[in-house]
Amino acid sequence: MNTKKDKTASVDWGSILRQASVPIMFIIICAICIPISGLSANMLVNEIVTRMGRNSFLILSLLIPIMAGMGLNFGMTLGAMAAEIALILVSDWQIVGIPGMVLAVIVSIPISILLGIFCGKILNEAKGREMITSYIMSFFVNGIYQLVVLYLMGSIIPIKHTSIKLPRGYGIRNTVSLLGMRQKLDNLLAINIAGVKIPVLTFIIIGLLCLFIVWFRRTKLGQDMRAVGQDMEVARDAGINVERTRIISIVMSTVLAGIGMVIYLQNMGNIATYSAHSQIGMFCIAALLVGGASVDRASIGNVFLGVILFHTMFIVAPRAGAYITGDSMIGEYFRVFVSYAVITVALIMYETNKRRMRSAAGQQLAAAQEAEEASAKGGEQA
Amino acid sequence: MKEKVMATLKNFGVPRLIITGFLLLLLIMAPFVGADLPTQISNIINRFSWNGILVLAMVPMVHSGCGLNFGLPLGIISGLLGATLSIELGFTGALSFLAAILIATPFALVLGAVYGWLLNKIKGGEMMIATYVGFSSVSFMCMMWLLLPYHSPNMVWGLSGKGLRTTISLEGYYNQALAGILQINIGNISIPTGTILFFALLAFGIWAFLHTKTGTAMTAVGSNPTFAKAAGINVDGIRMLSVIMSTWLAAVGILVYEQGFGFIQLYMAPFYMALPAVSAILIGGASVNKATIMNVIVGTILFQGIVTMTPTVMNNMIHMDMSEVIRIIASMGMILFALTRKTEVSK
Repeated sequence: MNTKKDKTASVDWGSILRQASVPIMFIIICAICIPISGLSANMLVNEIVTRMGRNSFLILSLLIPIMAGMGLNFGMTLGAMAAEIALILVSDWQIVGIPGMVLAVIVSIPISILLGIFCGKILNEAKGREMITSYIMSFFVNGIYQLVVLYLMGSIIPIKHTSIKLPRGYGIRNTVSLLGMRQKLDNLLAINIAGVKIPVLTFIIIGLLCLFIVWFRRTKLGQDMRAVGQDMEVARDAGINVERTRIISIVMSTVLAGIGMVIYLQNMGNIATYSAHSQIGMFCIAALLVGGASVDRASIGNVFLGVILFHTMFIVAPRAGAYITGDSMIGEYFRVFVSYAVITVALIMYETNKRRMRSAAGQQLAAAQEAEEASAKGGEQA
Repeated sequence: MKEKVMATLKNFGVPRLIITGFLLLLLIMAPFVGADLPTQISNIINRFSWNGILVLAMVPMVHSGCGLNFGLPLGIISGLLGATLSIELGFTGALSFLAAILIATPFALVLGAVYGWLLNKIKGGEMMIATYVGFSSVSFMCMMWLLLPYHSPNMVWGLSGKGLRTTISLEGYYNQALAGILQINIGNISIPTGTILFFALLAFGIWAFLHTKTGTAMTAVGSNPTFAKAAGINVDGIRMLSVIMSTWLAAVGILVYEQGFGFIQLYMAPFYMALPAVSAILIGGASVNKATIMNVIVGTILFQGIVTMTPTVMNNMIHMDMSEVIRIIASMGMILFALTRKTEVSK
C-alpha cells in the first residue's frame, strides 16, 4: 500500500513538471528577451495590461468546450466573424459608444448561436476528430463570411455609408473604422497608476465572465459537460443527452467568442474586415496553452498566466530579434514560429499522454483479469 | 434499381455530386458567355500537370491509415531546400531540375523519418498534429530563408545582398524543364507531355508499389492495424515508410509545380498548400482512409477545373469575380464532408 502511494506521488511530480514545462520555457524566453528589447518597464506593463483587457475574454471562451472534452475550439473564429458582421452593421447604422457596443453584442448573439449550432452538429458527426474538424470549419465559414461581406453586403444587405463600402458599390472595404467606439469601454472608469492605464470596466466584465464560468461548472449542465468530457458512453448511460450537451458547449463558446471579439475590436479601433478573425483562434489557443493548459484541462489561471507570458513574448520578440540579428523580420517570424510550435508541442503531449493512459488502463485491466483468474483457480483448488 | 442508384449516390456523396455538376455546368456555359473553351481546357491540363504529384503525395499516408497528409508543407520545404541549393550550387537549365530533386531527396528522407516517428507516437491524432507540424516548419523556415548563407545574386535581395527573396524566377534554370519535353501544340491547346509523363511515371510507381508485398502490407496496416500486427507486419515501420514516401512525393511535387509555374515561392507560400491538395483528392472520391490513383487523377482535374473555370465564366456572366469564395467554400466543404464520414477503423 505504502509503495503504491509513493509511486503515485512521484508520478504526480513528473506530470506537474511536464505541465509546467511550457510556462517555464516561456518565462525563460521572456527573461532573456526583455532586457535585450530595451523596452522600459512602464511601457511593457502598459502594453501587457492593454493586451490582457483585449484578449482575456476571447481566451476564456475556449474553456467550456475543453470542459466538454471537445478539445481546443478552433471554431471560436465563427464567433469572431459573427461579431465582425454585427459591428459592420452597427457602424453603418452609426450607433456609437457603449450603446453601439451593446447593440453589436445583441446583433452578434443570434448569428453566433446559429453558427454554433451548425458547428456543434458537424462536430457531433466527427467525434474523436473535433479539433481538425473545427479547424477546417473555421476556413469553411470564412468562405461564407467572405461571400456575405464581399458580395451580399451593399447589394442585398443594405449598407448606406460609402465610407465602409467598396467603390464598386457592394462589398465592404478592407478596414472599417470604429472610431466612434474606439476604447469607449476601456476608457470608461479607467484609472491611471504610475503611467499605466488600467481599463477597470473591461476587467470587471472579464471578472464577471470568470465568476460565470466558476458558477457554471457547478450547475447541472456544467456537471453534465464534465461527465461528457470524461467519457461519452458512461455519460449517455447516465441519461445525459450527449449530443445536445456538446452542441450547447460549442454554442456557448461561440457566443462568448463573439462578445470577446467586440471587446477586442473596440480596443483596436478598427476592423481588418478580411483578416481580423483569421489569426484570432490561433493566437488565443497558443496563449491558453502557454499558460499551462492542455487539450483536456484548462483553468481560469491558465488563461491569465497565458495572456501575460504569451503577449510579453509577442511584444519583446520582434525588438529582441532586431537587436540580435539586425533584421526586424526575424523577430516577427520568430513569434509566429513560437505560437505554432507551442500548439504543436501541446498537441503532441496531449496525444502521447492519452496513449500512455490508455495502455496503462489496458495493463491494469489485464492485471485485474489475471488476479481474478488466479483467485478463481485458487477457489477451484480449495 | 432505385435502391441501387441511391446507394451509388450515397457512396459518391452529395458534395462531390454538386462539385462535379458545377464543373459540368461551367464547361457547358463557357462557350455561351464568350470564354474560349480550348484555352480553358489547355489551362486545366496544364494546372493538372503542375499539381498532380502534390495530390499524389496524399496516397501513401492515407493507405497506411495516417489520414490525410495535412503536413504536406514539410515535404514542400524539402523541395524548396533542394530548389534553392541547386541554384546556389550553380546548376542551370534542365540539369538544375535533376539536381534539385537529388538534393531534396536526403532532406525529404530525414524530415520524413522524423515526421513518421512523431506520427507513430501519436496514433489517432495524426491530422491535427500534421497540420501544426506543417505550420511550425513553414514558420521556422521563414527565419531560415533569411539567415542561411545564400549568395546567388539571382535569389537574394538585391539591396542587402543576403536573405532570399519571396519569389525567385526560374528563368534560365528549370522553368518548363519537363513541360518543354515533347510539348504538343494544337491551335490554342498546348499539352505539357513531359510533365504528364513524369506524373504518370510516379503514379505508376506508386500503383506498382501498392501491389508489391510491402504495399499490400501498407494497405493492411491502414485497414486494420490490429490484424496487421497479428499477421506479423511491423506496423510502425510501414507507417514510417508511408510518411517518408509522402514527404518525398511532396518535395518532388513542389519542384514540378515550380517548373510549370516558373517561380519558386518561399516564406509563407507553402503555408496553406496542403489544403488544395487534400480537397482535390477528396473531390476525386477518396476518403480519410481510402485513396486510389484514380481518385488523384479525377480529383485534380475536377479541382483545377473549378479553379480555372470559375473566374473566367463567372466574370463573363455576372461581372463579379466570386471564384475565390467559391473555391474556399467548395474545397473546405469537401474536407468537412470527408471528416464527418464515419470510418470503421479503430486505432
